[in-house]
Amino acid sequence: MSTRRRKASGGVAYPDARGTLRERTVQALADGTLRGNLETAAASWGESRDAMRRDHGLDAMRDRARDIRRRNIRELPALLSEMQAKVREAGGTVVRAQDGAEAARYVTGLARARGVTVVAKSKSMATEEIKLNESLTDAGIEVVETDLGEWILQLAGERPSHIIAPAVHLNRGQVATLFREEAGTDDVPDDREGLVAHARVRLREKFAQAGMGVSGVNLGVASTGTVCIVENEGNARLVTSQPRIHVAVMGMERVVADWDEAAHILQVLPMAAIGQDAANYVNLITGPRREGEADGPEEFHLVIVDGGRGALRGTEFEEALSCIRCGACLYSCPMWKSVGGQAYGSPYSGPIGAVITPLLEGPASPTSRDLPFMSSLCGACGEACPVGIPLQDLLVRARARASSPATRRSAIVFRAWSRLWRRPTTYRAWMAGWRLMLRARGKGGWVTRLPGPGAGWTQVRDMPSRWPPRP
Amino acid sequence: MRTCLSDAVAPSVWKASRRVLERCGVQVRVPRSQTCCSQPAWTAGQPDQARAVARHTIEVFAGPEEVVVPSGSCAGMVVHAYPEMFQGHPEEEAALDLARRTIELTQFLQKHDLDPGPSRAGAVTMHDSCHMLRVMHESASPRAALDRAGCEVREMPGTDRCCGFGGVFSITFPELSARLGEEKARAAMESGAPEVVSCDLGCLMHVAGVAHRRGIPLRARHIAEVLDG
Repeated sequence: MSTRRRKASGGVAYPDARGTLRERTVQALADGTLRGNLETAAASWGESRDAMRRDHGLDAMRDRARDIRRRNIRELPALLSEMQAKVREAGGTVVRAQDGAEAARYVTGLARARGVTVVAKSKSMATEEIKLNESLTDAGIEVVETDLGEWILQLAGERPSHIIAPAVHLNRGQVATLFREEAGTDDVPDDREGLVAHARVRLREKFAQAGMGVSGVNLGVASTGTVCIVENEGNARLVTSQPRIHVAVMGMERVVADWDEAAHILQVLPMAAIGQDAANYVNLITGPRREGEADGPEEFHLVIVDGGRGALRGTEFEEALSCIRCGACLYSCPMWKSVGGQAYGSPYSGPIGAVITPLLEGPASPTSRDLPFMSSLCGACGEACPVGIPLQDLLVRARARASSPATRRSAIVFRAWSRLWRRPTTYRAWMAGWRLMLRARGKGGWVTRLPGPGAGWTQVRDMPSRWPPRP
Repeated sequence: MRTCLSDAVAPSVWKASRRVLERCGVQVRVPRSQTCCSQPAWTAGQPDQARAVARHTIEVFAGPEEVVVPSGSCAGMVVHAYPEMFQGHPEEEAALDLARRTIELTQFLQKHDLDPGPSRAGAVTMHDSCHMLRVMHESASPRAALDRAGCEVREMPGTDRCCGFGGVFSITFPELSARLGEEKARAAMESGAPEVVSCDLGCLMHVAGVAHRRGIPLRARHIAEVLDG
């Protein structure tokens, strides 16, 4: 197996995430509201998703979804060439960007060249990855997020905490407060419908001003050069049709061969993501508006981002590329449910984020190298994944690839460990010594302070010196 | 297989496992030279060091016998991770052979329809350890064994939820680990059963340790100890 490695390309994780990963988890754990909001959201997702398993055979769809996506990744170069040719045939422009910076530069340059002053965006993790908002804002262009969740985050000055539901960590009361501040009036209702209606009115005003719409892409269909964008709010439809220019930003792995495959994945995606058997809106876009058509943009640009993905093909991490970004592994992860996505310091949080962020950034990147270690390897992610990515195995492999002061310490510790534990005599001697130490330090059947690496244990819990332990 | 955690903190667990099996008429050999399945190094991202220890384990357990492990996690390590760990290595065949012969204690009892007799435990609550549940794909065998021994299993809320132990994770992210452990301890108390049992000692050490630190009066025993009478 060859591992082609490349240097970190600008970075996927947020460079300004504060403190170490562990410090961020401690901070998040102290936030009781956050925990409650995440738990509520995950429970409600669990119920809906289980209904999909029960009533729509979601589990039975997994094998085919996995096969499709594995094949897509194997055939990726050919699929991308076909996609590119078909989009061009339909009158669109295709740009292949090696990294996020290049992609952001292209979109920003295009906006400038066309004299765009306001950009309307629909929800897209790829644009979050390439830091497009920062790039556009630096160029003096106003960016309006039109997805309800993203708009809430824009008002709050926060980062997404979930791939699909970016503001899932906030509750209704917190959202109402943000809306009141933005509108400069207390005259904002705080019931669900009222809040949505308020956002709708405010956002419609912005659509009218936007000269460019930027969207992500859920799936590209190579055989026809079509981009599919699924959504529940209808804002992506406006973003992709109202402004004069539509730019779609797509991670290079998000392409399927044909409509047969697309139909299957487009079914699985909303089931796994939100426990819905179909998305409210499925936007299928093939090139710009053609002659005689009533609506659609004058220009269509597809930006395909490599960002480190291409180098993963043919490696032990290739399966990570088959991800369809449904977010099911986040909702099922006990760590994500405890601290939320923002603690990860990357647009991609949860188990899939902990695997791919360091892969895209490079093994020594200080912003992401600890991520694969923030897992108990409980396997709930792999079980939830609708395309059968063995996330817990990938987390273990990602740990072996990581490089940091902590992994270098761990290498030293385990070299000594392995020397002791591969020989029965030294193993037994060590164990006898350990049990003596426990007995010597134990009071009432418990040890409250251990030396060395054991300190991490007794910092938060006691160690039984007798078994069964006494309560 | 005794498991290193049993050697380190609870030799009573492997001894109880041996008694349970012998009471069922199984001829048990506990190789004295055994050490560890190597999971700590494997999950810490040190595959070479893990392989060195696993190689020893493969040698120790060579032979035709079934290898019974009183841990879903250690059994899962051999069954699920050894094939990947030794892929393309000279020991690959031997590793696959051991993986095929390895089985968790209660799975072994069920597979061979063995009855170690009644337990005095009464009511218990069962924590499904993640590796038993999602690597060994097993939640029925331990319950069947408890039922056969006359124990009433009072299920706790979220019995399939991770307790937050996670091996090395428990010391690299102690706060997060302890939070999940505390939730598990409280869920176990909520079941109303006087003690929590599990097929994995690691989970129990962690949950009991967190409970003791937080003053939660939780009792914990390994399932082998409960089945032992």
